[in-house]
Amino acid sequence: MRPFVYERPANVADALELHRDGALYLGGGTNLVDLMRLGVEEPTRLVDVSRLPYGEIEVRPDGTLVIGAAVRNSDLAADRTVRETHPMLAQAVLMGASGQIRNQATVGGNLLQRTRCSYFQDASKPCNKREPGTGCPAREGEHHNLAILGHSPECVATHPSDMAVALAALDASVRVRGRDGERTIPFEEFHRLPGGEPERDSNLRDGDLVTAVEVPPLAMPSRYRKVRERASFAFALVSVAAAVRTVGATVPDGEGGVVRDVRLALGGVAHKPWRCRRAEDVLRGAPADEETFLRAAEAELEAAEPLRDNAYKVPLARNLIVRTLLDLREAS
Amino acid sequence: MTSRTESREKVTGAARYAYEYPVEGAVYAAAVQAAVGKGEIRWVDDSLARAMPGVLDVLSCENAPRLGDAADGELAVFQSRTVAYRGQFVAAVVAETLETAVEAARHVRVEYAEEEPDVRLRDDHPGLYRPDKVNPVFPADTERGDPDEAFSSSVVRVEATYSTPAEHNNPMEPHSTIAHWDKDGGLVLYDSNQGASAVQSTLAPIFGIDPSRVRVVSPHVGGGFGSKGTPRPNAVLAAMAAQAVGRPVKFAVPRQQMFATTGYRTPTVQRIRLGADADGRLNAIDHAVFEQTSTVKEFAEQTATPTRTMYAAEHRRTSHRLVALDVPTPSWMRAPGETPGMYALESAMDELAVAAGVDPIELRVRNDTGTEPESGKPFSSRNLVACLREGAERFGWDHRDPAAGVRRVGRKLLGTGVAAATYPAYQSPGKAIARAEPDGTFTVRIAAADIGTGARTALGMIAAETLKSDLDAVRIELGDSAHPAASVAGGSSGTASWGTAVVLACESLRGKLNGAVPPEGIEASADSADLLKAREEYARHAFGAQFAEVEVDVDTGEVRVPRMLGVFAAGRIINPTTARSQFIGGMTMGIGMALMEESVMDAGFGDYLNRDLAQYHVPSCADVHNVDAAWIEEIDPHLNPMGSKGIGEIGIVGAAAAIANAVHHATGVRVRDLPITPGRLLPQL
Repeated sequence: MRPFVYERPANVADALELHRDGALYLGGGTNLVDLMRLGVEEPTRLVDVSRLPYGEIEVRPDGTLVIGAAVRNSDLAADRTVRETHPMLAQAVLMGASGQIRNQATVGGNLLQRTRCSYFQDASKPCNKREPGTGCPAREGEHHNLAILGHSPECVATHPSDMAVALAALDASVRVRGRDGERTIPFEEFHRLPGGEPERDSNLRDGDLVTAVEVPPLAMPSRYRKVRERASFAFALVSVAAAVRTVGATVPDGEGGVVRDVRLALGGVAHKPWRCRRAEDVLRGAPADEETFLRAAEAELEAAEPLRDNAYKVPLARNLIVRTLLDLREAS
Repeated sequence: MTSRTESREKVTGAARYAYEYPVEGAVYAAAVQAAVGKGEIRWVDDSLARAMPGVLDVLSCENAPRLGDAADGELAVFQSRTVAYRGQFVAAVVAETLETAVEAARHVRVEYAEEEPDVRLRDDHPGLYRPDKVNPVFPADTERGDPDEAFSSSVVRVEATYSTPAEHNNPMEPHSTIAHWDKDGGLVLYDSNQGASAVQSTLAPIFGIDPSRVRVVSPHVGGGFGSKGTPRPNAVLAAMAAQAVGRPVKFAVPRQQMFATTGYRTPTVQRIRLGADADGRLNAIDHAVFEQTSTVKEFAEQTATPTRTMYAAEHRRTSHRLVALDVPTPSWMRAPGETPGMYALESAMDELAVAAGVDPIELRVRNDTGTEPESGKPFSSRNLVACLREGAERFGWDHRDPAAGVRRVGRKLLGTGVAAATYPAYQSPGKAIARAEPDGTFTVRIAAADIGTGARTALGMIAAETLKSDLDAVRIELGDSAHPAASVAGGSSGTASWGTAVVLACESLRGKLNGAVPPEGIEASADSADLLKAREEYARHAFGAQFAEVEVDVDTGEVRVPRMLGVFAAGRIINPTTARSQFIGGMTMGIGMALMEESVMDAGFGDYLNRDLAQYHVPSCADVHNVDAAWIEEIDPHLNPMGSKGIGEIGIVGAAAAIANAVHHATGVRVRDLPITPGRLLPQL
């Protein structure tokens, strides 16, 4: 890999100061170091922010979680409060990567990991995300695990994170320190669709440092479900993060109720975690039954434009939404 | 039950692997891979790389020394300007540190006259031809009777095309070499391989020296699965680089580069036709195979050969057609031939069972045979039926409802499947030396390889038994070309071949022992060549039966395998502990083959895309539940002094078919193209 300078600043001001001229922030390095070895990322300087004072999970009196950007994935997944109040988040983190990687990976790094598209990861091939203007061989090439929603002629990559799918469903927001001070970005505006600028994964400005993720309280049963080609240590083909609250249901199976509140997001289908706003609109106030769930899933997937080899993701996403909502209804 | 003799060294990290030898003054090599799928190298500009501090040399077709002729074109490193496939080694940097070498390699500029690569295997490819032989020396085609007429006049017919993808061996330890030229011009290699003698005899002529001047040291090897059965470009590259810079050179092939340069299993397309009577008795078997090799070297996988051994049928045909594509060179991967071939044959047998309305086990019993169908030779022993019966009992097969797609628990469809397994009982000649030491212990030397199989332990047990000694008193020294020459750890032939030589050497030693051992010890050597030549004509094969239970999620198409059982008949089992590991290791690899392993070729660029263990999926612990192996003790006097058949490969054979057959039983969907992923299965559910 290209020679680089390693810095470990003592405070956030120094970190921001050091982040210039081809520098990159380093968290756990579980993706960035791989990309450096592959010659995909070539930072001149690594600014290690993993020891900055962002390693705590704070629970506010109202139940809001404030998760520091340097919190390790395994600590987030194991946190008792998170498991009790936001089970879908703990489940999503636990379904990502492997035990060893989760021990090393940070929350901030997880949000900012890059796509695992084969072409992006091979510096000897064209890729608009890596080198704007060179083309997208994935569109006609190998794309069985790439996007069906929101892709552009320039890029069909998917965002690989599981955790981020849960955060998208949870109405989280990302706290950022930049050169102009601190600001908060709603989660849906944090990641981008590729459009004509696939090289930009997020709406962060140059030098911005993610310091925390805020997750509002969740007063309903929630669940994360992931489908992959092996039982562990694989990226999602499609995943769903869902939370639903029904009222007026008959016990025990939840039949006959009405959807009072719902959150839904898909992973593995787009350049960003895909919040299912259309499906949620169909669901709110509607009967909590299989027919409604199916209608909601289909409304969301109407916009899907599958590529030659990933059309299976449409029925897979549909089935996952319906089944997860039915399972949750029973828990509700 | 004997645990590995070297287990302590392995779990404590004391066992030394090739790259770990503390060689004084060693420097590092990093390879540059061809960035085009086909073409000619116009020029190599290494000026940027050479200018980097710490870079010692850059080797390429522009300056590489002429090597002696290699029978294996893959070993003609930097000898030509022709690029045969994307990812082929075209240059190498040698530097003081690994980091410098890797970075400098990125700055070697190669200009190509690029051509369009042809990389897609098709069963109607115009370039298909009949190879002279298939691996290693079998006829490409065989035919008896009139299979076409017999098939068309059969009452029950199955005609289907199956395909298996390219698969990569992916041993844990990458292909690694430390090469060092001593002051007398001899070559020393610390090398990760499946046979030190083969590396020695292959590399000597390439560097124009006598084999006695080449020393290959490989006491511990972290897996190979066939990919280290022949020397790879890494060994030649390291030796060439060491010669160029006059210092020892370390070169471990990075995982990503292994996908182009260290071999893989060819993809296959297989057309099978089975014709049977109403009871399922076979009258016609036709197995036509289409597969690929590279333009560098012909490797013809013997995919249809198990069909020549398995079932009785009057009319039969097998054929192999090969096409030389602009792809990396395929090679041995655990049970080459039997693994893809038996997936197709045993899937077709399951289809025949359904078509004839006969239980799949009963169908195989009805088509059993006492003589090898094509050669007419008697089997030295054949206990396929016993394996099927024993497995049925243990697995709980007997009350199985044959109806497909009817067992549902919640959102899961359940099914069970069975498939037969077979693998030849190969044996090669070899030598060994046994010594009695004055302290009452024994030392046995042989250039065998323990690639994680437990060979060292098995040979110790064989020697101890022959010497009537405790295992603790026997030292096995292997993995060194300085020891008596031995065949490779391949073809499941290691223990049978090396064990025979060890038995002969130990018997000879016992004949010399008479009272006290003198200070210099007593030594005896042996060569098994004559014994092998004198063997009677038998068809020698191991057999087995694979059982699988699957759960298929109706919403997602995910397949899980909660239970697998393999029952094998492989002569005498030398060490139950390591034998079980071999069997269940093979079966686990079968889960990978059935459900996830697939090397994806990019049609435009001409390389395998999923080049790491994140993208090339081998089973994780969570994919492997209850995998159990059992065996039937066979007494077979026609094999070798131990009465053993090889067991390293049969565990994978038929495993994928058993799982695919179980998927059909669960869902009613017959997947004829591996692997059975959610993307392939869900649209059919």
